Amino acid sequence: MQAVGSWRGPAKGDQKEREYNQKALADHHGKYVGAAIMKKDAMSLVTGKPVYTDDLAPKDCLVVKVLRSPHAHAVIQSIDCSNAEKVPGIECILTWKDVPQKRFTMAGQTYPEPSPYDRLILDQRVRFVGDAVAIVAGETEEAVDHALRLIRVKYQVLEALLDFRKAKDSYILIHPEENWKSLVPVGADNSRNLCASDCDQQGNVDEVLKSCAHVVEQSYHVKANQQAMMETFRAYSYLDAYGRLNMVASTQVPFHVRRILAHALDIPKSKVRVIKPRIGGGFGAKQTVVAEVYPAIVTWMTGKPAEMIYSRYESQIASSPRHEMEVTVRVGADENGILQAIDVYTLSNTGAYGEHGPTTVGLSGHKSIPLYRTKAYRFAYDVVYTNRMSAGAYRGYGATQGIFAVESAINELADQMHMDPVVLRERNMVRQGDVMPAYYGETALSCTLDKCMARAAEMIGWKDKFPCRDMGNGKVRGVGVAMAMQGSSISNVDVGSVSMKINDDGFYTLMVGCSDMGTGCDTILAQIAADCMDCDIDDIVVYGTDTDISPYDSGSYASSTTYLTGMAVVKTCENLRKQIISKAAKYLECSEEELEFDGRRVFQIGSGKEITLKDIGNRIMCQNEDALSACESHYSPTSPPPYMTGMAEVEVDMETGEVELIDYVAVVDCGTVVNPNLARVQTEGGIGQGIGMALYEDVTYSDTGRVYENSFMQYKIPTRQDVGTVRVEFEPSFEPNGPFGAKSIGEIVINTPSPAIASAVYHAAGVRIRELPITAEKICRGMYPEKFGRKE
Amino acid sequence: MKIQFQLNGRTVCPEIEADMLLLDLVRKLGCLSVKRGCETSNCGLCTVLMDGTPVLSCSVLAARAEGRKITTLEGMGEEAEEAGRFLAQEGGEQCGYCSPGFLMNVLAMEKELDHPSEEEIKEYLAGNLCRCSGYMSQLRAVKKYLNRKEETADAGSR
Repeated sequence: MQAVGSWRGPAKGDQKEREYNQKALADHHGKYVGAAIMKKDAMSLVTGKPVYTDDLAPKDCLVVKVLRSPHAHAVIQSIDCSNAEKVPGIECILTWKDVPQKRFTMAGQTYPEPSPYDRLILDQRVRFVGDAVAIVAGETEEAVDHALRLIRVKYQVLEALLDFRKAKDSYILIHPEENWKSLVPVGADNSRNLCASDCDQQGNVDEVLKSCAHVVEQSYHVKANQQAMMETFRAYSYLDAYGRLNMVASTQVPFHVRRILAHALDIPKSKVRVIKPRIGGGFGAKQTVVAEVYPAIVTWMTGKPAEMIYSRYESQIASSPRHEMEVTVRVGADENGILQAIDVYTLSNTGAYGEHGPTTVGLSGHKSIPLYRTKAYRFAYDVVYTNRMSAGAYRGYGATQGIFAVESAINELADQMHMDPVVLRERNMVRQGDVMPAYYGETALSCTLDKCMARAAEMIGWKDKFPCRDMGNGKVRGVGVAMAMQGSSISNVDVGSVSMKINDDGFYTLMVGCSDMGTGCDTILAQIAADCMDCDIDDIVVYGTDTDISPYDSGSYASSTTYLTGMAVVKTCENLRKQIISKAAKYLECSEEELEFDGRRVFQIGSGKEITLKDIGNRIMCQNEDALSACESHYSPTSPPPYMTGMAEVEVDMETGEVELIDYVAVVDCGTVVNPNLARVQTEGGIGQGIGMALYEDVTYSDTGRVYENSFMQYKIPTRQDVGTVRVEFEPSFEPNGPFGAKSIGEIVINTPSPAIASAVYHAAGVRIRELPITAEKICRGMYPEKFGRKE
Repeated sequence: MKIQFQLNGRTVCPEIEADMLLLDLVRKLGCLSVKRGCETSNCGLCTVLMDGTPVLSCSVLAARAEGRKITTLEGMGEEAEEAGRFLAQEGGEQCGYCSPGFLMNVLAMEKELDHPSEEEIKEYLAGNLCRCSGYMSQLRAVKKYLNRKEETADAGSR
């Protein structure tokens, strides 16, 4: 067939993009850091260029699909593939007998992973409705679908463990197998269904709480949510000329994918190469190797290219959603509203497998308790296995769950004390210079949370609107507030690296190992590099990510890329500048100390002797022994938190309980704002997702363990008519450990909507919602308990 | 079966199966801007124009294209690039996966509605989901795009 939508080359408006960027640069005093530069790949994306995984897949890829378990818990007694194999075009059908028997984790984390090794590519035991039973690969989708229907499986159906409150020490064991393994001491014990367990405290919480004039004790239930990125999970693989497994995957963690595939297939890591093209959104979902193993094993066994594309249905029922958590909070204050202690216990549901189980839970306390100064705190948790789909990483990563609980408890405390929740927070919030005992004893070196609060209150008109206004038409408007923090990278663990080289005519290639998934990190890193090298951003070519070429980087997660990889860029540029001067000194026959580099040329002060970067770039291509390339890595002993305040105004229909979000304001301290456009859109987008979590999104199961919300028909992500007006401002601080003073922004922004909206609803309707999402039905039941028999 | 239709201004005569969807056909014919985001006609990623009217190509049988004019973002040329630039200047494309379908509807809206209000814009584009942007940047971009001629005229009259 002829191609009609063929590649048209770069957008014709290249000049217009350049003009736009020049203006943005001029608006920011000629510095790229802080300028609203357009994303480097923006025009390719908006003109629909074929740059995503499936657009690039070879036409002759085998279609790979997975037969999924209809049972929540069962042991496979037999699988008969004889009829399925006869379907014309079927290349191979794999069952649990055909795959390596070494367990691994699909969690994309730094090795040794805290997540337990509890997975096989295919297992004889299936642990949730949707668990993989067989892999089918064939020439066409029709053939594969046909074959899937012809596979006959006999299951020994086991009793399923669906309620996470009953999971710890249950007689039903999810992982009784002997080769289950936990590499890191996280308190995991498969004989108790425990994926992790721990307790951390300072001071005597029980004693301090006893002495408090006001105490709130409540449990809050945060449900699972789907990341619902527009591009579902997908990957394709092929063998290259050297017989190596090449994997092109929509992933946030190419280097972790390489390691995980080697573990899963039990082959040397040298046999695997992973390439990340453009990604259609991740939000943490793609920090788990959800799809990659299936085409990988097909290619490895058949030698043929193979591609797996998750349907939306599969992405809803067999993926890596947010961990459902029940967070119990006790918080106490004295008669003046000075907080004394916070006690948090989190029960987290990791589902059938432990991906990100031991780590997400930690943030539920470590990134909620430190928002306040207290004398004492305690944070304990259990993470349990159940027969539900495995949870995973989702923007906010446990902090979202913990912050909903702690911020809701603080709001309840304020209401109980008849105190303005803004005032209560102003008296207790973390301030710059504070040591945060519940945050690993780190000091808040950069923090403008107080300014964020003041500005947000001003923007929404808090003083006039708190707590509520009767609109006189059966509707009441209420306002609510919440604060949030997150981290910037995983301290002492994650590594960011880049390498940079000079090419002919003096342009640079910046090779990055992190993954731009729409966030714009390729552009952000180029902005940082352009300022470090005093050059035009168009002189920096960014290339990412290919595990054969890019320097090792943990990947784009844990709010790390701007902060961590950005610092690697700063260090790499420093190194490269030294090399440029050193080379120029040789060419100009003078000492390095006499020379300066202004980005365009190296010159001797006073003498007029100079050599341009262009000449250096061209001369090093002949008779040269200095590569003029640099590669630096960076890790951070601290994880400086960004902070923010969010405020919501909602309108509740007092008859039906329907909630309309009228206004949402957010003020963020992400340190230096590297790109105001991208930071703003990150914030608006995170709040949009947070609104979905607060008001609409839920993952619920039938009593046989089947997910109800298995499509966008049932799983309602917000449309543009649902988000109201979201207004965002920044109160930049300067983080001394970050590149140009920057901290993170990617995750924190999802954390405030749930607690702020819940509080606004309470102020409007007098109903406390402690289980998300906040639906009209729950509010109505709360307003009219006599009509519904019981109060939710 | 064999069908004949206009795809982005060119006549094509592909051989198709009776149950083939238009989405799969245009992708097969190289129009890779058209994406699939769901199986339930909810996301708007696969929006194309059929005789100038936006349709979800996931919900149209390929056979229905017989004798029609089908346009994808690839066929919108400079127009798409101009609208896309407004989106890019707000940083509103983010991952970019929903941008083609979104822009197809923006271009259709421009032809269909005269000076739409904010509510009308939101309503017209409600079927285009986006998970990255929270929609505010898209709204800013659409407003600026729709006002571009007036602004140029204003600037000229000063």
